[in-house]
Amino acid sequence: MSKQTSRAGDRIFSTTALMAGVLILVVLFSVAVFLLIQALPAFFADPSEITGGEGFWSYIWPIIVGTVIAAAIALILATPVALGVALFISHYAPRRLSQGLGYVIDLLAAIPSVIYGVWGITFLAVQLEPMYEWLAEYAGWIPIFAGPASATGKTMLTAGIVLAVMILPIITSISREIFLQTPKLHEEAALALGATRWEMIRMTVIPFGRPGVISAVMLGLGRALGETMAVALVLSTGPLILSLIQTGNSTIAAEIALNYPEAYGLRLAELIAAGLLLFIITLAVNMVARWVITRNKDFSGANA
Amino acid sequence: MSKRIDVQDLNVFYGDFKAVEDVTIRVEARSVTAFIGPSGCGKSTFLRTLNRMHEVIPGARVEGQVLLDGDDLYGAGVDPVTVRSQIGMVFQRPNPFPTMSIRDNVLAGVKLNNKRISRAESDALVERSLRGANLWKEVKDRLDKPGSGLSGGQQQRLCIARAIAVEPEVILMDEPCSALDPISTLAVEDLIDELKDNYTVVIVTHNMQQAARVSEKTAFFNIAGTGDPGRLIEYSDTTEIFNNPREKSTEDYVSGRFG
Repeated sequence: MSKQTSRAGDRIFSTTALMAGVLILVVLFSVAVFLLIQALPAFFADPSEITGGEGFWSYIWPIIVGTVIAAAIALILATPVALGVALFISHYAPRRLSQGLGYVIDLLAAIPSVIYGVWGITFLAVQLEPMYEWLAEYAGWIPIFAGPASATGKTMLTAGIVLAVMILPIITSISREIFLQTPKLHEEAALALGATRWEMIRMTVIPFGRPGVISAVMLGLGRALGETMAVALVLSTGPLILSLIQTGNSTIAAEIALNYPEAYGLRLAELIAAGLLLFIITLAVNMVARWVITRNKDFSGANA
Repeated sequence: MSKRIDVQDLNVFYGDFKAVEDVTIRVEARSVTAFIGPSGCGKSTFLRTLNRMHEVIPGARVEGQVLLDGDDLYGAGVDPVTVRSQIGMVFQRPNPFPTMSIRDNVLAGVKLNNKRISRAESDALVERSLRGANLWKEVKDRLDKPGSGLSGGQQQRLCIARAIAVEPEVILMDEPCSALDPISTLAVEDLIDELKDNYTVVIVTHNMQQAARVSEKTAFFNIAGTGDPGRLIEYSDTTEIFNNPREKSTEDYVSGRFG
């Protein structure tokens, strides 16, 4: 046998791994190319032919802003709760309770988004409506709470809250896994110095879990950005407005979902161009997340 | 600084399993006391009861008394957090906080419980602690680099610096050299010899030469068989244990006939 002969198993495995890797790139690339080709007409069409009649960019930017606002509301509401629940499960709850809670959280992630949407319009929007009235009356001087409040409760804030509930499980369950992986050695080092449980968590669990938590939040953000059904159902879409408690605003995903069935020709190209921009936004978000994670590599704990 | 430890009739449990039975021992202040014995005899478990780190494990508990200069560590209303800040610990594997710089590692214990400390004070404390751990010369130019970039022996001395920075009464060491090469081991042993001028040092070791080199007194722990609790077999001056043990099993162990 010559030295170069490698075993069949090794060869099969490395080929499979290579093909799987290439496949992902091919799929991603073809999606990008498809979106680009289909979207091109929208970029070069005469401004007056585009919906709104003022060109593609003035059509698209309000819904981009809407998308970002909805996702931001969702993240701002969901992240602290998710981290709190994850820490409670991993470090505070008695073992039996933490297992049960873990299952419940995972179950939440399995509920289809239509259900969240229906829950959003039939229950949450109705419940929130009086609160919006109150906000409009007493906090109306803050531009985002400017009145008159929507009578149905189907507003940007409701959509953001529904999205927050939807991304809560994924952030929670990933963060919980990460927190549980904190080396016992480091936790004990902190405790042995006389740290309380919270100080121990601050010194070891959180710094150790930081990159993982950022990934979890980014996954949640990805879901919030791309979520169609819940937003399409909950939000009564309209032009971009600053107030979160009035009817109005829209997101890319909702725009596509609501208009795609009747679209053809240039309108179709517009919607696909909107999809392309969503694709780019998500990509950018992920790249920023990766950059944040690698920026502090020396202190990340990966080299412990 | 530096206090005496009196342990009276201590039983240590993991759930229903009794890991250590009926230990009564007096550890003198400003001395080095070594715990030796075969693997699984409960010496590390027993060590961890001395700063209430044992109870960190779910289901773990103790019965009996541990007195630090007469104050019961397990008395009602005693906060384990306070106990641990008085009794420092160095672990088997070096465990500096990987997300902190060398400087922050040294100050980690000092900054707990929201204590504020001025820049000048903390600089002085970092230098004093690192000098105390014989590490100052090696790291003084890279205090802001991560502690995990140091060699194993340096990391272990950083952990000792972190432990002495809070000025504890007692320092517990759980096989501090078992992951280190001979040269780093020597550095840590030299350090232990200096520490005993100011601290009560208790060290668990598998290395009998190490016990003979560093300690004044030695305790030998043993188990009758798997599943039985560990017991303190013999405790006296280190020279006695190694040259003239009273118990047959101690003699067998220190002469290398078993364990």
